[in-house]
Amino acid sequence: MTPVLDIDDLRITYHGSRGPIPAVRGVSLTLDPGETLGLAGESGCGKSTLAAAVLRLLPPGTEVTGRILLDGEDVLTMGWGRLRAVRWARASIVFQGAMHSLNPVQRIVRQIAEPIVLHEGVERAAAEDRAVELMAAVGLPAWRAKSYPHELSGGQRQRVMIAMALACSPDLIIADEATTALDVMIQAQVLRLLKSLVAERSIALVMISHDLSVLTDTCERLAVMYAGRLVEYGPAHEVFTTARHPYSEGLAGAFPTVGDTAARRRPRGLPGDPPDPAALPGGCPFHPRCPVALDACATTDVTLLDVRPGWRAACLRVPATKEADV
Amino acid sequence: MADISRTGVAEPSAAPGGTPQSDPAQAAVLRRAYRGEFLRFVAVKFSGALVSLVMVVLTSFFIFRVLAGDPVDAVVGDTPATPEQVAAIRERLGLDEPMGVQFWEYLRSLFTMDWGTSYVSDKKVTTLLWERLPATVLLTATAMILAAAFGTWVGARSGWRRGSTGEKVQVGVSLTLWSTPTFWLGMIAIVAFSVKLGWFPVNGMHSTRGVGDGFWDEFFDVAHHLVLPALTMAAVLYAQYVLIMRTSILEERGNDYLTVARAKGLRDDHVRRLHAVPNALLPTITLAAAEFGTIFNGSVLTETVFSWPGLGLTFYQAIKIPDIPLLQLLFVFFAGTTVLVNFLAEIFYRFLDPRVRRSA
Repeated sequence: MTPVLDIDDLRITYHGSRGPIPAVRGVSLTLDPGETLGLAGESGCGKSTLAAAVLRLLPPGTEVTGRILLDGEDVLTMGWGRLRAVRWARASIVFQGAMHSLNPVQRIVRQIAEPIVLHEGVERAAAEDRAVELMAAVGLPAWRAKSYPHELSGGQRQRVMIAMALACSPDLIIADEATTALDVMIQAQVLRLLKSLVAERSIALVMISHDLSVLTDTCERLAVMYAGRLVEYGPAHEVFTTARHPYSEGLAGAFPTVGDTAARRRPRGLPGDPPDPAALPGGCPFHPRCPVALDACATTDVTLLDVRPGWRAACLRVPATKEADV
Repeated sequence: MADISRTGVAEPSAAPGGTPQSDPAQAAVLRRAYRGEFLRFVAVKFSGALVSLVMVVLTSFFIFRVLAGDPVDAVVGDTPATPEQVAAIRERLGLDEPMGVQFWEYLRSLFTMDWGTSYVSDKKVTTLLWERLPATVLLTATAMILAAAFGTWVGARSGWRRGSTGEKVQVGVSLTLWSTPTFWLGMIAIVAFSVKLGWFPVNGMHSTRGVGDGFWDEFFDVAHHLVLPALTMAAVLYAQYVLIMRTSILEERGNDYLTVARAKGLRDDHVRRLHAVPNALLPTITLAAAEFGTIFNGSVLTETVFSWPGLGLTFYQAIKIPDIPLLQLLFVFFAGTTVLVNFLAEIFYRFLDPRVRRSA
């Protein structure tokens, strides 16, 4: 079975006025059809850059090396015409739509129908009929079709974004901080909706958030990113409850589960700020903030080590904890 | 679709219980509320415009009476006149009356629509206005349409490709045109294209002879005369449209909805035309309306340089005398149309921008 998404040693460097800024530094991951993956990390860790790279939406002048295969086709080398045909039809993105991702002067039905007209060559009226069906699927009434974005609540706008992402029945949906701007109740609704819709249609989902508990709820697997690299990659529930990388552990502790008294007593939050991508510390990039750093951490560049098949973490302590487990 | 009832729970903002979202009555209630709000908006804007008009009318009376120069001198001309004759003229023009009486007469003229007779031509000033208006409308409308069409188009493209050579050239050209005095540009155009090259007539709107009588003969004759003044007047306006549209596009450019449009697979051209430009046009329309006053300003200068027989030239000639009744009428007309256009633009803007239209 061809994976829906196969990223191999992806490296992305922005060239700003301050010199090169490596945003993604060698990320590899694969996603099978219908699989769900949560991608976690603090702001600036490169997770949104990664998402934008899948549809080649990065600003011109950005240096991208490695390979991104979408249904077996390399996104980075395809011509512009082919790229435009692949965008949205193969993979779509649910952007953080609460405020700015919808065109303020266009009716929402037209915005949902736009990719259908573009990729399937159907008449606009027919495409808009389908857009209304999609709106029903995300729980928006038909009379809302003629509304403008500002007439909708944040949650409704996010539903519009989801309907739009579903429009061309893609194989992959990337949800980039899709629920971050919503309040907790609406966030839960939208998450449940997204989860059930991709499951129904066997669409693969990459969900990006800084909130590990949200990702654990929605996704089968979790990838935790720090300073442009994956630091932990494994089954969602296990990574969340028994993280092997101190960074994942800190991230998990930052969002305590409601009702879990043990979690509330766990040390939580992370000291310090994420590193400046233009000037990363040597060795393990997390060592200056790490509560359990060893001397070797400052000098050894740690790669992902197997915790067990299907679960890897980039921490020197992994072999030790592995033995302790057994 | 069984799970939709579960996931499609009503938003907290909607009424509890049932499925209030699917209630079209709610939409009707909202629509009625919007309509009432719209009428209130129109009323507020209208009273604002009315206040401006009153100020215009008052200013128009006083501003031309403090001007230097005695209209009687102009009426008399070069022929020597006795003090009795001068006094008679002064009485005929009503200039011997006290200021209060003159003001009362002026206010009466506003309501009777009788604005008096020109000091110079013995025609009703309203007749003069209607005679000269078509020439000005022709000139300004041509210039405006040219400037708005090319200006917004070039502005949108140059803003979209910021940093390119094309953008730098366009901005350079626009800034130069914007800083160029209209009368100077007009004179250079006359020297270059009429005197040296002989491509276009030097001035006026019609040829004095050698043109057939048919409609098309006259049409092409006027069009031939129109080229230089229209382009001169359009040049400055064009620069404004380019710069406004460019800034406006630059502001839109970073917006997320454009990334979404790109992600959908739209061509770059379509992203610009279908998404960026409709949003960027909104501030352009407001500014264009606000600058409507400068169009009259431009028409005075352009018409004077090219002897274009419109209101601008009339105004220039009247101010030298000063032909007070004519000046009063033209001033009220210019300022009044500006106020009116701004009022209409604000209403129009509400129809263009759904956020303004329906925001409470």
